[in-house]
Amino acid sequence: MKNRPELSLHIPEPASRPGGEPDFTALPLQDAGEQRCPDTLAPESELRDMPYGLVRVLDDEGKAVGPWAPDLPADHLLKGLEAMVLTRIFDDRLFRANRQGKTSFYMKSSGEEAIGAAHSLCLGERDMCFPTYRLLSWLMARDYPIVALCNQIFSNAKDPLEGRQMPVLYSAREYGFYSISGNLGSRLGHAVGWAMASAYRHDDSIAIGYVGEGTTAEGNVHEALTFAAVYRAPVILCVTNNQWAISSYSGIAGGDRTTFAAKALAYGLPGLRVDGNDFLAIHAATKWARERALGNKGATLIELVTYRQAAHSSSDDPTRYRPKDEAEAFPLGDPIDRLKQHLIVRGDLTEDAYEALHSDCEKRVREALREAEAIGTLGQSKPSVKAMFEQVFKEPDWRLIEQRREAGY
Amino acid sequence: MSAMNMVQALNSALDVKLGEDPDIMIFGEDVGYFGGVFRVTDKLQEKHGLTRCFDTPISEGGIVATAIGMGAYGLRPVVEIQFADYILPAFDQLVSEAARLRYRSNGEFWAPITVRVPYGGGIFGGQTHSQSPEALFTHVTGLKSVIPSNPYDAKGLLISAIEEDDPVIFFEPKRLYNGLFEGRPDDPVKPWKNHPLAEVPEDIYRVPLGKARMIREGEAVTVLAYGTMVHVALSAIEECGIDAELLDLRSLVPLDIDAIVESVQKTGRCVIVHEASRFAGFGGELSSLVQERCFYHLRAPIERVTGWDTPYPHAFEWDYFPGPKRIIDALQRTQEV
Repeated sequence: MKNRPELSLHIPEPASRPGGEPDFTALPLQDAGEQRCPDTLAPESELRDMPYGLVRVLDDEGKAVGPWAPDLPADHLLKGLEAMVLTRIFDDRLFRANRQGKTSFYMKSSGEEAIGAAHSLCLGERDMCFPTYRLLSWLMARDYPIVALCNQIFSNAKDPLEGRQMPVLYSAREYGFYSISGNLGSRLGHAVGWAMASAYRHDDSIAIGYVGEGTTAEGNVHEALTFAAVYRAPVILCVTNNQWAISSYSGIAGGDRTTFAAKALAYGLPGLRVDGNDFLAIHAATKWARERALGNKGATLIELVTYRQAAHSSSDDPTRYRPKDEAEAFPLGDPIDRLKQHLIVRGDLTEDAYEALHSDCEKRVREALREAEAIGTLGQSKPSVKAMFEQVFKEPDWRLIEQRREAGY
Repeated sequence: MSAMNMVQALNSALDVKLGEDPDIMIFGEDVGYFGGVFRVTDKLQEKHGLTRCFDTPISEGGIVATAIGMGAYGLRPVVEIQFADYILPAFDQLVSEAARLRYRSNGEFWAPITVRVPYGGGIFGGQTHSQSPEALFTHVTGLKSVIPSNPYDAKGLLISAIEEDDPVIFFEPKRLYNGLFEGRPDDPVKPWKNHPLAEVPEDIYRVPLGKARMIREGEAVTVLAYGTMVHVALSAIEECGIDAELLDLRSLVPLDIDAIVESVQKTGRCVIVHEASRFAGFGGELSSLVQERCFYHLRAPIERVTGWDTPYPHAFEWDYFPGPKRIIDALQRTQEV
């Protein structure tokens, strides 16, 4: 007679599927203002509860509460809101452009706009961001020219990357935005290397790197965390937990077992879990981690709890694997609505002013699109094919010169 | 000038570059205090300090990823992968990141990194300490692949590699680290001492990438080789008495195509020798290039003498290794037609 159960293979499944009721009861949450705010230079041993809490500042009414509430001027917050609104409008228009056959591919940041915008405005000009493909708001917050984004997406004659990259895989060094690769997680170690180089040079700039929660399963991520911890690199490593890695829910990456921020514990790094739809909380947590890094205390792992409202990409249909109304049921709301509400509560924004901001952003996107479309959409114009053979090496070798001639350029 | 073996010449290259350029740093498994399992980084930490030469976690992917980030920042990291066989965990970083960073960012970012990898067999290293994985990297555009065959070139090529703004994989023939090797299992390794190419300047000098070295001029057949096989091929040529011309390629990317074409057009015959297994190996590319550019000069089929298409074995090491006998057979076959 057996006194223990038979072994059975466990395959995690999300709380609900298409046709079901959205259910986020398993997501550990805390109220706004509840999480403590330790000293930025506190030893890691005093921070081990942090990965299980949730840094939140904006409450349900839109008031900033608790010890993490940053003291940010209205124009800073308005700039953040503008970047987020611009990102959402841009995403909608360019997604439509994909459906109209003007580009091969598109990825929206919808629901995650607060992250890039807050980071972009919080970090210094010389800090370097090692982004994923949902950080468009970083560039928007730093006024990257919208028409250049369109040109890249259309791979037209004025594409700043000369037709070599898929749409949205931008590179913008002057804006602190490292080149995006299609391989997930492979740049996290670059962020650590960059930060180590900054420390080696006794510089005062840091790096910030990102992966999605699904990518935390990649070996790259553990290598980067190990190096960051061992060499005390001045880097902020972010896990954007948007609940879905294409059709695989966060539990498939281990999210049912523990929080992603808690991965920091085994490396001896502080881990913060942050409301990723709360511009103020993100800003405050990032500032905390940056001050810690510049205080020579090394790296921080930040989990940003958010929700991917749109499809993974223009090639994906999320209604096939999750409830249609799950985004509306996400307990942390929408980042744009929440920041807007806060600014209204503060008295720094009115509904009318918001409408004016919104239509101004629409106009800017429309004009940029018109300008880029005049240069050409996918297939209508493209950079010189000569560019295909350039930048492979600093100087082309005989193969590239011969092959360029063979191709007729 | 002083007589150096290849380990000492490589150490000297790293030493002078560390002394000259504060942007250079060296890291890898066991390279710091201990000076590397092959002693190539011996005393560099002691002389230049902890932050210039240090140990890393056992994480080849982490080593290369970190180097790429440092390179993008503006440093010139030189990293060691303890054995070429262990480079595969770093493959994605080299192929998807280092090789393409400049291209995909349209020149905004690049990775001026040097990845040193001891490679090759003949040391009873079995299948995980003997491989020659150069073809995996020569197929990937954006990477340069360099393989020295003697102490003088080793130092000059390594200095050039470090100064390159493109990522370089620097394959070090570990069988040649301490002395000459002619490819027979029962031959003792002869020290480099009396070899002219072991006379190495103490200071900085450069051997340019992309220039082959003429080891021996001849009229009967061209032999293309690199790394350890240069010496094995030379020994075979001397033994069989065929008047072969031997080219040491020194770098596979960039490749000195002009020297190859000039030689094969002169001799009309070509034997390609490498340690790596044959199918889709670098010899296939060389053979195709020779065929494309020298077809009307060829008087015999192109021959390849290579490792077999098996994993590198332990007990059968000398059956696998393309030794002098197999090279002589190939040289003779080219003379029969």
